[in-house]
Parts: sequence; C-alpha cells; structure tokens
Amino acid sequence: MTSDARAPGRVRSGLVTGLLMAPATFWYLVLLVLPLAIVVIYSFGVRAPDGGYQAAFTFDNYGTLLKRPGPFTSSLLIAVSGTILCVLLAFPLAYFIATRATKRKGLLLILLVIPFWTSFLIRTISLVIILGSDGIGGFLSNLTGQNVQILGTMWAVLIGIVYNYLPLMIFPVYVTLERLDRTLLEASKDLGAGRWATFRQVTLPIVWPGLITGSILVFIPLMGEYVVPAILGNGKIFLIGNVLQLDFLSSRDWPAGSAKAVTLIFVMLVTVSFYLWATNRGRRGREVSLL
Amino acid sequence: MAIDTTQRSHPVALGRDRFKSLVEGWFRFHTAAIYVFLFLPIVVVVVFSFNGTNRYLTDWNGLSLKWYARALSDTQVQRDLWNSVSIGIVNAILATAFGTMAALGLQRVPKRLRGFYDALTYVSIIIPEIVIALATLILFSGFQNTANGFFASIADGGKPFKVGLGQWSIILAHVLFNLSLVLLLVRARLSGMDRTLVDASYDLFATPWRTFRQITFPQLLPAIVAGFLLSFTFSFDDYVISSFVAGVGSQTLPLYIFGQTKQGVTPETNAVAAVMLVVTLTILTIGQYLLGRQSRRTGGAGATTPIAMVAEQA
Repeated sequence: MTSDARAPGRVRSGLVTGLLMAPATFWYLVLLVLPLAIVVIYSFGVRAPDGGYQAAFTFDNYGTLLKRPGPFTSSLLIAVSGTILCVLLAFPLAYFIATRATKRKGLLLILLVIPFWTSFLIRTISLVIILGSDGIGGFLSNLTGQNVQILGTMWAVLIGIVYNYLPLMIFPVYVTLERLDRTLLEASKDLGAGRWATFRQVTLPIVWPGLITGSILVFIPLMGEYVVPAILGNGKIFLIGNVLQLDFLSSRDWPAGSAKAVTLIFVMLVTVSFYLWATNRGRRGREVSLL
Repeated sequence: MAIDTTQRSHPVALGRDRFKSLVEGWFRFHTAAIYVFLFLPIVVVVVFSFNGTNRYLTDWNGLSLKWYARALSDTQVQRDLWNSVSIGIVNAILATAFGTMAALGLQRVPKRLRGFYDALTYVSIIIPEIVIALATLILFSGFQNTANGFFASIADGGKPFKVGLGQWSIILAHVLFNLSLVLLLVRARLSGMDRTLVDASYDLFATPWRTFRQITFPQLLPAIVAGFLLSFTFSFDDYVISSFVAGVGSQTLPLYIFGQTKQGVTPETNAVAAVMLVVTLTILTIGQYLLGRQSRRTGGAGATTPIAMVAEQA
C-alpha cells in the first residue's frame, strides 16, 4: 500500500472518531463547562430588579457570604460527621461481605445495590414515618416519658444522610478488602504480631485507598445535599443546598446563589485536595487519586 | 484464600479463635442490622400503600387497594407518570447512544485528549447534583431569553413563537450524567473484551463496520442494555435536577411526590411511590441479571454497579 492510499483512510478514520465523540463533546462543553463558567461570572453580578442576573462587577455576594457563613458551617459539620459515621458503619459490613463465599457475596452486594438505586426521595419520605411520632420518635417518647422529637433536628438529617450514602462508602471499601491477601494476615500472625499490630500494619494500609475514595464519594454529595434536610429537617435545618434552592427558585437572587455555588465548589476542591495530599504524603505505594 | 484451621490446637490459638468468633458474631449482627436499616423504609412505603384507612397514613385499617385505584385514576398522576416515563425513555436512548459512541471513540483519540475527557466524565459524575441543576437552569434561561428575544424580533407584529423550560430541558440535563454512566460501563466492558476476535475478523478481510456489527457490538450489548436501564432509572427517580429545570406542565412523578409531602403524605402518595418502586426494581433486576451474566461469562468478579466501577478505577 502506498502512502497515497493510506492518507484518505486516515482522514476518514479521523472523521469517524470525530463523529463518535461529537455528542459527548457537546454535552461536556455546552452542558457542563459552559454553565459552570457562567455561574462563576454571575457570582460577580447583582440581582436584576425582577430577579435573575444583571451584569456588574462586585465582590458583595462573597462579602455577604463571609458575614453569614452559618449554612456553610452546618454543611461542613454534617458532611464531616456523616463521613465518619459512614466509615465506622461501612468497614465491618464490607469486611463481612468480603469474607463470605462467592455466591453469598453476590447476593449481599445485590441487596446493597437495590436500595441505592431506588428513589432517594421515596426512601427519605419513608424515614419521616419511621422517625416520627408513630415510629421511633413516639417509641422513645413513651419510653422516656418525655416528648422526644427526632424530626427537625440535626440527628434526623444525619440519619437520613447516612442511610442514603452508606453504599457509596461500602463499595470502595469492599473492593479493597476483596483484594486483601489473607496469607499476609497469617504471615503477620506467624511473625508474632498481635491483632492490633496486624490490623494497623497490614489491613489498614491495604484498605486505606478504599476508605479515602469512599470518604470523597460520600463527602462531596453530602456538602451539596438538600433533599434530606428539606424533608427530615422540618424547615428548621438549613444546609448550603437549601439556601441555594431558596436563592435560585424562591428569591431568584441568582448572583448571591452563584457566589455560594462557587464557594461550595471551592470548599470541596480544597477539602478533597487536602485529603488526597495528606494521605499521599510520605506514601510510596499506590497513590490515592480520584481520577 | 482458605485458612487452614486444623493446626490451631495450642492455647494461644484457642484464645485467638474465641476472639475471632466474637468479632465474627458482632460483624454478622452489624451487617444484619444495616440491611434492615436499608430496607425498612422501602417496606414501610409498600405496606402503608395498602392501608385501608380513609385519611391518616399511619392509622392502620386493614388491607385495601383503594389508594391504588384512586392514584391511578388521578389525572394529575397519570400526566406526571407519562412525563416521567417519556423523559426517562428519551434520556436513556440518547445517553446510551452517545455514551457508547464516546466509549468507542475514546479508544481512538490521543492519550492526552483522553485524559481531558476522563476528567470531564468524572467531574460530571461526582459534582453535587444541585450545582449541575442550578448551572443548567442559568444556561437554559439565558438561552430562553435570547431565543424569545430573537423570535419576537422576527415576529413582525404577529404572535411570536416562544420557547420555555419543559421536558427538553430535563432531558438535556439528565443526559449529561447518564452519558458518563454509560461511557464508564461500556468502557469497562471494552477493556475486558477479547481483542483476538477483532484481529481475526480483520484477518478474514471483514470491513471495520462489519467487524463492529458482528464482533464488537454483540460483546458490548449487555453493558449497553444495562446502561440504558440504569439511565432510565436515574431519570425516572431524579428529583433535584428536575425540580430546577422543569417547566410548566412538565412535572414528573418525583416532583409530584415531593409536593405531596408539603401537604402531608397520604396513602395515595404511598401508592404512587410503591408503583415507582416496582418500576425501578423490575428494571434493576433485568439490568443486574444482564450485568451478572456478563461478568460470569468473562470470568471476572466484575463491578456490580457503576459506582463500584468508579471506585475500582480510582
């Protein structure tokens, strides 16, 4: 074959590649990159008299945000404690599944997938009944003789959040535990290491990447959560997601909302980078990364 | 890896064994408790949808199907159900086609460019939904204003054509996430595929199109179908994005259900929710079956969900 014959083939191959990638490129650039860029621009604008955006260049939206950081601190608090709770609950469960026989393992995993893929909204609404005065809340009230209210508190939001995001922690931890070579544990034991030493020096370093991945997968949606506090918080709990929803759909102050969205993305980037940096520091083995 | 338990006869090992069975027992209890915790709300929704009560949701008054009858004859529920289904199907078709195309295309692009697409794929999956929702709302209303301004200018006195948010805006926003989902599923399947068949096909002088049709596509099919089903499920259940970009008359079932919670949940809401659960679960079962068959055939453990897949690649 001469080079002349190959050239049109190459052009055609390039064309095919271009056509295959065109829709995805459109979606990524027009419906992901462009909107996020507009959000950044809007965050420096002012609210138009009838709501929406009016061009301007001001830092006022960020200024107000610094003066009233309440929802941000609540979100951070919920996100951090939710992530920790997920780690504590996910590890024994992932370990239990990973040590089952193959067939049982598959069943247990499918049972985890089912609630995760069914409507988030419906399951959260159902928690209203379970935690409310006809459920656990009422039961605790009868038990203690006091009026115990779970709904409308941070606890309800925390339960709802852990309930919804726990599978995101379990999967990555399970995957790393599955790879754990049990002979290493035997070797450690044979070398006279105690249980704690074996856990700390063998199990933990192997599971670590899974824990980090899981924490990031849980932490990010937790920071932006708004359905759970809207339903289980009885309008008393305001996380950043709820404030964003109000800014955009109720008061239509888009620049203020945009500034909060940009700050949210920034806080997440900083936290996640710090997280990755702190875990990778001084480690020579497998680096932990999201991508 | 099987652990040999026959050689554990000295006292230290006995102590270890007791500790082990204690830990095992605790883990077993812990696991069972969490599974109950995960499934309880689903069971509660379904059980209370059969409540024969006339008003209060938790006021149990015998089994009855009356709330299903009421829900299914409710014209608003019918319309919202139709909206949800049609949005879900169109979204799934687009996302599956474009995601599969991108997965195939990515094999052919230079490494650097692939990194760029990888980054965008992961960003579109892990960014909080609310950020995507509000960003697309801004984009769409900007588009809407520009387009309506344009139509008004060319209307020339007549009634100008108007665009507004609607089903199309929900579909466009849902496809972003689902396209990435399908892309990951199909790519995982591609990387586990047997290349020798493709090479053999070329050696037998098959054209690239024919090779794709007869060799690659059949092997990708389970991942493509699973991607389609998961995309439909996501769209069918989505509340956050839909609540931002839905227009007048394009309310979906999740929006209806959320609206009901503001007025107090009735057994009718639960009946609608139970119908949604049944739809989702049926689709999931089919998808899971296909993915399971796929991973058994390839012999690998295989990721059971796209999320697990993301985790595995991390």
